[in-house]
Amino acid sequence: MNRLQVVDVARYFGRRKALSQVTFTCEAGEIVGLLGPNGAGKSTLLNILATLLGPSKGSVIYGDRTAADGGAAIRAQIGMLGHDLFLYPELTARENLTFFGELYGLPDVPRVVAAALDQSGLASRADDFVAGFSRGMRQRVALERALLHHPRLILLDEPFTGLDQASATALVSRLYDQQRAGCLIVLATHDLDIADTLLTRPVFLIDGKPVADTGRGSTLRERYQSAVRSAGRGGSS
Amino acid sequence: MSAFFRVAWIVMKKDLTVEVRSLEIVSTTVFFAVTVVLMFSFGLVVEGRAVRDVAPAILWIASAFSATLALGRTFERERLNDTVLALLLAPSDRPALYVGKLAGILLLLALVELFLVPLVGLLFNAPIFAHAGRLFLLLAGGSLGFCAVGTLFAAMLLRARSRDVLLPIMLYPMTVPVMIAGVRGTAALLQPAPDLAMAQFWLGLLGAFDVVFVVLALWTFEPVMTD
Repeated sequence: MNRLQVVDVARYFGRRKALSQVTFTCEAGEIVGLLGPNGAGKSTLLNILATLLGPSKGSVIYGDRTAADGGAAIRAQIGMLGHDLFLYPELTARENLTFFGELYGLPDVPRVVAAALDQSGLASRADDFVAGFSRGMRQRVALERALLHHPRLILLDEPFTGLDQASATALVSRLYDQQRAGCLIVLATHDLDIADTLLTRPVFLIDGKPVADTGRGSTLRERYQSAVRSAGRGGSS
Repeated sequence: MSAFFRVAWIVMKKDLTVEVRSLEIVSTTVFFAVTVVLMFSFGLVVEGRAVRDVAPAILWIASAFSATLALGRTFERERLNDTVLALLLAPSDRPALYVGKLAGILLLLALVELFLVPLVGLLFNAPIFAHAGRLFLLLAGGSLGFCAVGTLFAAMLLRARSRDVLLPIMLYPMTVPVMIAGVRGTAALLQPAPDLAMAQFWLGLLGAFDVVFVVLALWTFEPVMTD
């Protein structure tokens, strides 16, 4: 998968319109940021990209296939770090990673898990229960869980929430590694300062609709605020 | 096919590991089941004599209530950290996830019934072990039918706000045939002169319900969970 195309995607929940007219493309090696206030539809869009939700209208094309065409083969290329981290607190870090490694049918799971634990810097805490971890430590395990199967498309929902400076820097560095490896990365974040240095391209979402980047402003924060104002909303992220 | 059962096994193993660590579902459901049976025994056993033919109904009521409790709690665990989304994201057959969850719940329920059956026999003077093999098959068939529908509904209701209320409201009417077959089959075994042919008939009916419910659940699990 070298390209992700989102074409005129809309999503309704009953009569409520969560997303409409969302169109963008993400190429290999790009980091696209979904920026917008709470309730803008960022998480809904990530869930659609992850094939967890179907679009009510429009389509998402992974390479040259839709989720309906690709099914499990598409899901095998997606790694997602959700806001709620997708980890079992009653299991240890090693058990969590082993479970997901086995679920994904990876070969030599113990070796893959050991490498992931090394990468996360938690090898010494591998056999501790995740319930006893700090948010930052859990985030590191969750990131390794999402990357365990070397996905081509990486989706991250508020990955910097609750991270201290060192953990955020480590996460940014890990994302750059993935970018260099040619992965497609789409992330939703409120952290405009980190996003400013990290993103290849922002997609501003307001009330479920994409808002054009006016290009006014030297920083991402100024461009975001300008986009929000142009959409008729007073805005801070 | 082997990948399907491998995934189901992995999911079931994970659920049981989590339960062994916490003993949350087993302890609460066993406690609940014992309480239900005790309360019925206070009302329905007078001077050491139980009301006639009441034991099968008590056994199945306690079993069904316990299963409902276990179903809700098992899926609540998947909801709390959104791990259900991680399961759905895996490139495995989604019905295999369903089978894994179902197998885990069935094992937990079997453990509860291990306490429940002798207790009902003891408190209601029922010859519970006279036809232990047939009773085992009836309970296994009934539990499978009940949990097959319950697992699907509990998964379906994960995102619903009133899931704890909705689960029994949706589940009990759907599983009435299973409960009737289970109660009548057990009653045929426990009456003073056991009617084995009748028990066999209800057992066959339970088997038919099981096939229908499991096939329907496997068929609908993926669309239900995707949207």
